[in-house]
Amino acid sequence: VTAPSLSVPIEHLLRELTPQVLGTVVRRFRDFAAAEDAVQEASLAAAMQWPLDGTPNNPRAWLTQVAFRRMADHIRSESARRRRESEVAHEVAQSSESTPFEAAPQEDDTLVLLFMCCHPALTPASAIALTLRAVGGLTTAEIAHAFLVPEATMAQRISRAKQSIKNSGIPLQLPTSEERAQHLRAVLHVLYLIFNEGYTSSAGPQLRRADLSHEAMRLARIVHNLQPDDTEVAGLLALMLLTDARRLARTSVAGELIPITQQDRTLWDKQQIAEGVALLSATLPKGSVGPYQLQAAIAAVHDEAAQADDTDWPQILALYDLLKRMSDNPMVTLNHAIAAAMVHGPTKGLELLDGLNADARLANHHRLDAVRAHLLELAGDREGAVSHYRSAAVKTGSLPERNYLLTQAARLSSD
Amino acid sequence: MKFILMMGMQTDKESMSKGIMTWPKEDVQAHIEFMIGFSKELKDAGELVSAEGLAWPNEAKLVRAGKDGTPITDGVFPESKEFLIGYWIIDVENTERAYQVAARASAAPGPGGAPLNMPIEVRQVMSGPPEEIQ
Repeated sequence: VTAPSLSVPIEHLLRELTPQVLGTVVRRFRDFAAAEDAVQEASLAAAMQWPLDGTPNNPRAWLTQVAFRRMADHIRSESARRRRESEVAHEVAQSSESTPFEAAPQEDDTLVLLFMCCHPALTPASAIALTLRAVGGLTTAEIAHAFLVPEATMAQRISRAKQSIKNSGIPLQLPTSEERAQHLRAVLHVLYLIFNEGYTSSAGPQLRRADLSHEAMRLARIVHNLQPDDTEVAGLLALMLLTDARRLARTSVAGELIPITQQDRTLWDKQQIAEGVALLSATLPKGSVGPYQLQAAIAAVHDEAAQADDTDWPQILALYDLLKRMSDNPMVTLNHAIAAAMVHGPTKGLELLDGLNADARLANHHRLDAVRAHLLELAGDREGAVSHYRSAAVKTGSLPERNYLLTQAARLSSD
Repeated sequence: MKFILMMGMQTDKESMSKGIMTWPKEDVQAHIEFMIGFSKELKDAGELVSAEGLAWPNEAKLVRAGKDGTPITDGVFPESKEFLIGYWIIDVENTERAYQVAARASAAPGPGGAPLNMPIEVRQVMSGPPEEIQ
């Protein structure tokens, strides 16, 4: 049976209600894995019925009721195993008493779910899949499609993720205040990975899969609304807005990659840039500047230049200086070298790259070759540039990027 | 009927000296555009199941399990070898159509826009059991 294609409002409504309903069901039954299945079934039932019968007056109550019924079925079907039945019955009895969790405001349900789905004990792939399903309200088929894997594979990934939550005894509650910061970072990291998966597409020939980026932005917005005072949450949302604003300009009609300096800036989304900049300007003065805010600030400097030549590179270099001090990520050092080259000339940039030669994390990475090729070209060393563009092309795992690098090498060797 | 169309790449010195790395920019671009357009054509025709390009074979390895099951890798391979560099899986009416599609891929433009006429290996992808066996 395939669901009829949904009208956009029903789809949006279902996606918005999923984490709320799931939160309620989890709170009531204390069994995340079963609750998640029940809510997904309720959501599929709604997707079948609402377009035919009309959306119920209280859609949230409708979904909750159907999910509760599914949970009751689930408990009944488990009742053959007596011991287990009594456990569940005990849990149900316990959870219907007013526990602090029950009394907590409803918005916290979504946070509890996010903390659980993005728990540091899960692998990133599991956390991503689970977050998209339990909090994002996407179906397994939709997630499988987004990651270009068969539905059965994705279903298994999700079910194993739920199993590891069960096994590792991750509690169904908000983390303690000591753990909170660390767990929130894990949530942001998962959202960042979802965004990047959509933006750069780590698999397949297509450079960008917009739906994942939009889903990541939608979820980041939810977290930002729940935690409006967290500056890194705001920073991440701003970073996504400011990066995604360039999406139309980033590839040609034929799907070829266009570097930022050559993009048609009239295609950039002005409204999204304005929103990102406003968010960032409101956040930076609050103190405690973290890596997401800095990356957002760098994106904003690029976005605010009407032409590539207007780019305020000294400002970008200063931001990368700060970022470098905060993280030991060689990618940051690479970008820092580019900024330094733009401010002080390619020789300075190449000097900084030499410092990365010994870094094992970059030993076989195409980015080091690609950046060196670019800087050698700026320095007028065509032969060196061609050779490094070629080795970068051989090393990259991205088809559009390989096409781009091959074209660069060919351009320099045939002129 | 499903078929896999496999495109190979020779890594011996002579083949590499004529490879895409050595083509002028226009020819590289024309080749890339052809490949992107070709996949899109198959998709639009409802015949494409999947298509993937593989990373360059310079890091290709042959892996065997050792005595205790740990991986033993063999490679990088110096030369005189053909590597799979990409494939299409298509779902078409019949074998003739699969050959037509393979011939289109084979004639992808090379230096000076001339067709490469490279070999494309065509193999049928086995199906599941027939719906009813009586």
